[in-house]
Amino acid sequence: MKALLEIQDCTVQFGGLKAVAELNLAIRERELVGLIGPNGAGKTTVFNLITGVYQPTAGDIWFDGKSVVGRRPYQITARGIARTFQNIRLFASLSVFDNVRAACNLHLRNGVSHALWRGESFHREEQEVEAMAEELLAIFHLDHLRDAECTSLPYGDQRRLEIVRALATKPKLLLLDEPAAGMNPTEKQELMRLIRFTQEKFELAVLLVEHDMRVVMGICERIAVLDYGVKIAEGTPEEIRNNRRVIEAYLGE
Amino acid sequence: MIEFLQQLINGLSLGAIYALIALGYTMVYGVLKFINFAHGDVYMVGAFAGYYLAPWVWKVIPAGHDSSRFSWSTSAGAFVILLLSMAICAALGVLIERLVYRPLRARPRLTVLITAIGVSIFLENFGQYLFGADPKSFPEILPDRAIEGLGDLTVMVNQVVVFAVTLILLIALRYIVMNTKMGTAMRALSYNPAAASLMGINNNVIIAFTFGLGSALAAAAGILNAINYPSIDPLMGILPGIKAFVAAVLGGIGNLGGAVLGGLILGVLETLVVGYVSPMYRDAIAFAVLILILLFKPNGLLGRAEKEKV
Amino acid sequence: MNRPKTWLILFVLLVWAASRFQDAINPYYFDILITIGINIILGVSLNLVNGYTGQFSLGHAGFMAVGAYLSAAITVFLTPRLDGGAMGATGLFVVALVAGGLGAALTGLAVGVPSLRLKGDYLAIVTLGFGEIIRVVFQNTEALGGSRGLSIPTRETGLFGTYLVAALTIYVVVLLVHSTYGRGFLTVRDDEIAAESMGINTTKYKVIAFVVAAFFAGIAGGLYAHFKQFIHPEGFGFLRSVDIVVIVILGGMGNTPGVILAAILLTILPEGLRTLGNWEALPTSLRALVQNRMILYSLLLIVLMLTRPQGLFSGGGRFTKWLKGRGA
Repeated sequence: MKALLEIQDCTVQFGGLKAVAELNLAIRERELVGLIGPNGAGKTTVFNLITGVYQPTAGDIWFDGKSVVGRRPYQITARGIARTFQNIRLFASLSVFDNVRAACNLHLRNGVSHALWRGESFHREEQEVEAMAEELLAIFHLDHLRDAECTSLPYGDQRRLEIVRALATKPKLLLLDEPAAGMNPTEKQELMRLIRFTQEKFELAVLLVEHDMRVVMGICERIAVLDYGVKIAEGTPEEIRNNRRVIEAYLGE
Repeated sequence: MIEFLQQLINGLSLGAIYALIALGYTMVYGVLKFINFAHGDVYMVGAFAGYYLAPWVWKVIPAGHDSSRFSWSTSAGAFVILLLSMAICAALGVLIERLVYRPLRARPRLTVLITAIGVSIFLENFGQYLFGADPKSFPEILPDRAIEGLGDLTVMVNQVVVFAVTLILLIALRYIVMNTKMGTAMRALSYNPAAASLMGINNNVIIAFTFGLGSALAAAAGILNAINYPSIDPLMGILPGIKAFVAAVLGGIGNLGGAVLGGLILGVLETLVVGYVSPMYRDAIAFAVLILILLFKPNGLLGRAEKEKV
Repeated sequence: MNRPKTWLILFVLLVWAASRFQDAINPYYFDILITIGINIILGVSLNLVNGYTGQFSLGHAGFMAVGAYLSAAITVFLTPRLDGGAMGATGLFVVALVAGGLGAALTGLAVGVPSLRLKGDYLAIVTLGFGEIIRVVFQNTEALGGSRGLSIPTRETGLFGTYLVAALTIYVVVLLVHSTYGRGFLTVRDDEIAAESMGINTTKYKVIAFVVAAFFAGIAGGLYAHFKQFIHPEGFGFLRSVDIVVIVILGGMGNTPGVILAAILLTILPEGLRTLGNWEALPTSLRALVQNRMILYSLLLIVLMLTRPQGLFSGGGRFTKWLKGRGA
């Protein structure tokens, strides 16, 4: 099957430092891929690369058959890539509901004039958006909190909200940046179930950056390992678990 | 040719003033990442401090007011006035930082910017209330004559003094920043405040020091400028403040060498435009440069890029 | 709010009815009422940019200047030539106003597109710069009076016109922001990177906010010109922009009702200060202090930022927490 996302020989260089060096990575539709590596390996840089926050200094990135290099982040999201953030970046002044609603803007047909005139078409679309946002929140058990301040939510709920928000953009590929950070083992189990569920229900490809090995080994079909910006290994969880280079990278020489 | 040289000298003289003020902007930005809108008004306070100090200083160090002769006591008097004024403004800078900016250190940058605007407007208007809005005549603390023997070129003694003092201050500043503990701490702070404080640096002290240093330089600029252009008024800091800020941005905000470079370039540019194009655009030049720089090279000539961590 | 259009029409009718009696109002109070209306337009429109979209613009007076001069130019130079035309004085006044607004909107586009990729401090400085450049341009345009100013022969501005525009400004800003589309503005304010990652074209939102705000500022300028009947470049400088910014900050950034109240308060305040300054019991030394509006304004600004950055009239809402909590 042809790849949904293909990173070809990408390098991201900041001055003299290669944060990502000649990376080759492919993700197929509905695949759950993990990206791991020691701290500073460049994992979040890869995310920023894919979503257009950083431009590659060399190489190309193909998504759904088209190159995304040079596109602005919102354009890349429009193509079907959504993400969550390592340090939660919710819209702090918006309610839980509005955080999701804001993300529905991407597929909105009505614009400024409709918002001002408030005719039939406007109200119909607002209802559609409201319904969709409600549904998404309900699936993730956040609907009872819809009017709450998003920053007052418990940490785990905030992470879930970020996922819901990302899903509102109707992506084909979902990038999750350390979603298990700060969670206790029970929450992590729940998260693993959630990610699997999300992937199946919304028919997504998922790229997961995570430090917790149990989570990664538990749900990923394939894992790529980065160290100092270089991919040092790729394979099934079994293969990675026994890969000497990977073990060395994590434990040192 | 002579004409051009003349303009160049005048421009560099003006540029030196801008450079001194720009250094204050750039140091504060480097350490606190914010534009101290009120900095230009400290320049004004410096000039007024000199104005009010002069009679007292002359009571102690009798100055020969004879413009035709050089005298050690005149120079000593001028020197003392300069130093005292710098000290007063350094104290003012530290006070403002402590009272107004320090409580806002954790707030969004916008809040501090608005506050700085408030401080600036307050200084200007309170100055008008305190000193009176009418321009005052800055006393002659140095002989007002040209250097002999340069043919058609007019170089005032004052201009030479401005260059000399600016140079001395720059050397002193560079020494402080590069060779002293305080200076190293300042540089550390500008790169990473959190790490700096973890290394045992008392951020508050360093920041206060930075403000004091920058304000002292602005005061010096105020006095030096008043020597050449003796008319001072409470609003005199607005335009030079903005222009010096542009100079700092032009050179690369946060970069000391850039502030000097930017100041000199802007001074020369302004003088040349006024001389060869039209005096009408004297003030607009700075804004035009600002907009062009921010649109095409926002890091300035010598600055470094800052990436937001995602 | 349900049926906003109905409320708008009702309000407009009310204002129209009230304006029938405007000649009976004491000229001093009439003056204040018109100024309040103009300040409401300026404050609410700037609030769209500074408050809801989080872009700190310090050049709003520049757009006001464009509107003022453009509409004045039409009234002074064009209208006499159309003497006896089908439009009538009021019609031509509306044309002048709208032209002023559109001219300001275009200026907003010209200023906004290049500037809006700058952040925070830099955007503030650049907008200040543009505002000053606009002022300098008008100062050097002899055809429009230059530094001597421009006189407008007829006073066209009345209560109805002013408050109709004020109502429209409020209507547009509030309705725009409180829609799904409009939530986009707030995301730009809260977190641009996250907003972009959610598919929101942040530049588009910033430009739209800027242009819409500039449009209304331009109309406010036109109303002002046809009210004071004399405009001067100095009146549209940085301090005027600061005046408007203070209204927005006092009212609470992103709080339209608050900004309306602040506009009213800050129009009445100088008058109150002036009266206080004339109070005989006050020692003369303090008199000048009280009458210097800007001393109090600046202190107010500083104290506000230190104690209540969310403005006088904001509740303890989410935005307040954001203003108080977010790190450097």
